[in-house]
Parts: sequence; C-alpha cells; structure tokens
Amino acid sequence: MPDWLSALLITLLKAVLVALALLTAFAYMTLIERRLLGRIQLRPGPNRVGPMGLLQPLADAIKSIFKEDVTVTLADKLVYTLAPILAIGMALTAFGGIPAGPPGSLFGTDPWVYNLDAGILALLALTSMGVYGIFLGGWASGSKYPMLGSLRSSAQMISYELGMGLSVLGLLMLVGSTNFLDIVEWQAGPRGHGWLILFQVFAFALFMVSSFAEVNRTPFDLPEAEQELVAGYLTEYSSIKWALFQMAEYVNIMTASALMSTLFFGGYRGPTFLEPLIPGISSWPLVWLIAKIAFFMFLFIWVRATLPRLRYDQLMRLGWKLTLPLALVNTLVVAAVLAFVPAEGLFGIPRLWLLGAVSLLLLLILFAASDAVRGLWNSPALRNEEKRVPGRPLGGD
Amino acid sequence: MSVLQIRLTPDRLSFFAVVRASFHELSQERERLESGGRKTIVQYANFLIMLLVGIGIGILAIVVSGLLGPKKATRTKLMAYESGNDPERGGVGTGQRFPVHFYLVAMLFIVFDIETAFFYPLAVAYQKLPQFAFFEALTFVLLLLVGYVYVLKKKVLEWA
Repeated sequence: MPDWLSALLITLLKAVLVALALLTAFAYMTLIERRLLGRIQLRPGPNRVGPMGLLQPLADAIKSIFKEDVTVTLADKLVYTLAPILAIGMALTAFGGIPAGPPGSLFGTDPWVYNLDAGILALLALTSMGVYGIFLGGWASGSKYPMLGSLRSSAQMISYELGMGLSVLGLLMLVGSTNFLDIVEWQAGPRGHGWLILFQVFAFALFMVSSFAEVNRTPFDLPEAEQELVAGYLTEYSSIKWALFQMAEYVNIMTASALMSTLFFGGYRGPTFLEPLIPGISSWPLVWLIAKIAFFMFLFIWVRATLPRLRYDQLMRLGWKLTLPLALVNTLVVAAVLAFVPAEGLFGIPRLWLLGAVSLLLLLILFAASDAVRGLWNSPALRNEEKRVPGRPLGGD
Repeated sequence: MSVLQIRLTPDRLSFFAVVRASFHELSQERERLESGGRKTIVQYANFLIMLLVGIGIGILAIVVSGLLGPKKATRTKLMAYESGNDPERGGVGTGQRFPVHFYLVAMLFIVFDIETAFFYPLAVAYQKLPQFAFFEALTFVLLLLVGYVYVLKKKVLEWA
C-alpha cells in the first residue's frame, strides 16, 4: 500500500470514529441532561428504559428513524433537505480540529483529524457556516414562524460570533499562533507558562457568555423558546431531520466546551502541580480533555436549570453594547501591557502575572459595576413618541 | 519558531503594509521549517475528509429514515403550521416582510467581522513589534469607535 493511501485511510478512520463518538455522546448527553435536570429539580429523570434509563437514547433514536418524514407542501424541497445536512456537517467538522493529545500519542498517530495552522479561524468559519443551516432551514420551511425563528436565531448567532472572535485576540497576542496545538503547548507543555485562564480571566468570561449565546443555550435560547415562538426554525421539521438539527446543536455544545478547555484550561494537559502526587498525571491526554469537556457540559446543563431566559431585545443589546466593546477593551489592554511593560515585569512581578492581575481587576470592576451596566441592556429604551413617523411600522419583532 | 524581525522600511510605515509584510515573512519562515510545506497541505486534505464524513453522515441518516419511515401523506398533514388554519400567505419568498433590524444587524456584523479579520494577523504577529503595532491598532480601533458611537446614537441597536 502506498504511503499516501495509508495516510488517507487512517484519516478516514479517525474522521469516522470522531463522528460516531460525537453522535453517541450526543445521544447520551440528552439522557444525562434530562437526568441532571431531574436531579436539580428533585425528581428522577428517565429511568424506565434499561437500567438507569441507559437505553433511552437508543429508543429515541429508533423512534425518530421510523417516524414519517413530513415535508410540508409549501416548503422548498431541496433546501429543506440540505439545511440539516449542512448544520450537522459543519458541527461535526468543527470538532475534528481539537487536539486530544500531543503528536503521535494515539497508537502512533496524531490524536486529531486535522490540525490547521489557522485552527481558530477555521473553527470560526465553520460556526458561521452552521448559521446557514439554521437560516436556510427556517427559510425553506415555507411558513412564517420558522422564518421569524431562523431570522432571530441567525441574528443572535452572528452577533455573538463577534464577541467570540474578538475575546480570543488577547490570548492570540500572548501565544502568537492560531494553531490549537501551539496554544495548548504554550499553556502546559514542557516549557509551559500556565493555563491561560490565569492571565485572561476577563476574556474567558466574555468568551463563555458568547459561546452560550452562540450555541443557543439558556439563558440565550430564544430561538427555541417553545412558549414564545412555536419552535423557532424547527417548527416544520420532523423525524430524523429534526434530530439532525438537535444533534448539530449538542455537537456544537461539545465543541464549545472543548474550545474553552483548549484555549483557556490547558486542553489535553493536566495541571502540573499534581505531578508530585502521581508522576506523569498531567500528561494523560484523553482523560484530561474528556474531564474538562464534561465539566463544561455540566456547566451548560446547570445554567439551563438555573437561569431565566433573556428577552430578545435584551439579548441583542447585551451582545452589541457589552460583549463587543468589552472584548475590544480587553484586546487593547493586553496590547498595552505587552507593548509597555518590559518582559521581565515591574517591581519583580513577571509581565504575565501582571497581565493576569489586570484581567482579574477588569472582571471585578465589571461585577462591581454590574448594576449600573445592566441599564445598558435591561431597561427598554422607548423611542421618542413625537418622532414616530405615522404609518410606518415600528422595528422589532 | 525563531524570532522574526520585521524590518521597518519607508514603504512599510502603514498598518496594512506591516500586516502584509509580517505574513509574508511568517510564511517564508514556515516554509523553511517544514519540508516543502507538504505537511500543511496534508492537514487541509484531512480537513476535507472530515467535512465529507460529516456531510455523509447527514445524508446517510436522511436516506435511511426516508426508506424506513411510513409514507402516508394527507392534505392536512402537509399543511404548514398555523394552529389549524390553512395559511394563506407564507411559502418560500411569497412576500413576507420582516423588520429591517435584521438587515442592519447583518451589515454591522460584516463591518465588525472585517475588523476582526484585520485584527487576527496583528494579534498573531504582535510580539514582533509591540509598541508600533499598539498605536496602529489603537488608531484603527478609534476609527471604528467613531462608527460604533454613530450607530449607537442612531439607535440602530435598540430593539424596542
């Protein structure tokens, strides 16, 4: 077998494995989510199908495959079918770039499907493509509720994508690379500087809020606010197409969790201060990555059970008036520290730790000013009644 | 990666020229490090394979479900959702109007996403010439800030 063919087959195998693992994880994530929500609300979750409800995802999958696939008469058939494929394709592809270990640590091969130099850019591009799936799905349904739901959903996703893209800039300035492997090794490799959450806690807060909104999760899950807008862009979908959209959403949650762990929490490398206890504990690649992803997914579920939903105008104001400018401020602060504080630091404090202190200070200021800041997005800004042009519909939905 | 020096020649004294020059020198450095740049190409091929597998799984699921499910369409079942009413309007592209706000948000997104796109190369190459790049970035952000404040004053971002 020629070299290129074996390399191609190995990649194909890895891609299929990653995809299947994500689909299984999605199925069990739904079960875990329902059971955890049950725990939080003092009731048992699903526990009838199989021990501890473990066969519930299987039953759900079989049900949704054998359901009738209804396409409403008014729908644009081709786009209606392509939209869920686009959504799931982009979601699965985005996860493939997350490194799950140092090079060559997966039975002699690399533990990722692809590792682009422009890793973060590719991931942001794929997220943007995921918006197409949602919007086209709503548009092609040929009914006004999905249309409105998809418009709201895509406007929300693109708005918070800005916050997401801008909040990692400070991190990139420190690391000097958009490659995930470089970022992880900068944090916790053999000559690592420490997890980036220590130096970029403010950016992490912005990034986390943005990624909650980006994957349409509570408190930003308006597109799926079933009490308000029927079911958003999913109204006309049934059987496996509906399941594919759900799948894409959960895969996106997993990607966001993996991204947060990779960018800010040392990715596949564990904390080195545990080394004296058990030597080599910080380099159990898959264990640490999965533990971190699981923690963030637990956080997603916890937040869902705890927080009320924002109103749509509040959501857009929060994104545009708070997340976006603060991400820019963070970028400029990091830039200023890197430009004007010498590398050895001031007063015997290294520059990185100084940066961490500044970042923490920014976060604390934001918390202290939160009541004042809330006015930016919480109070409805009514328009001037006199200035209203008669006969022209007001904006908003 | 070895330390890169961006030489400041008179034709490079602008933000975009520096970005271009830094990317150029960065890519030359990469090519020296990797044997003929082949490794990077392979990663893009891997990306393509992952994309094909992802889309293939979507197509497979829809085909399997289409073969297995029952097919008993009735007129009411194929009606769009409208609480039991036959929707009069609706349908793809049949003159539904929606608030202009979505256009505005989309246009603002394009503007600010372009800003992000300019910031990425700057951020990656930042430590090569921090002080110069800081003032360039500050100028750029201030210019954008004018637009942002204008948008705020025009109440484009109010969803009242």
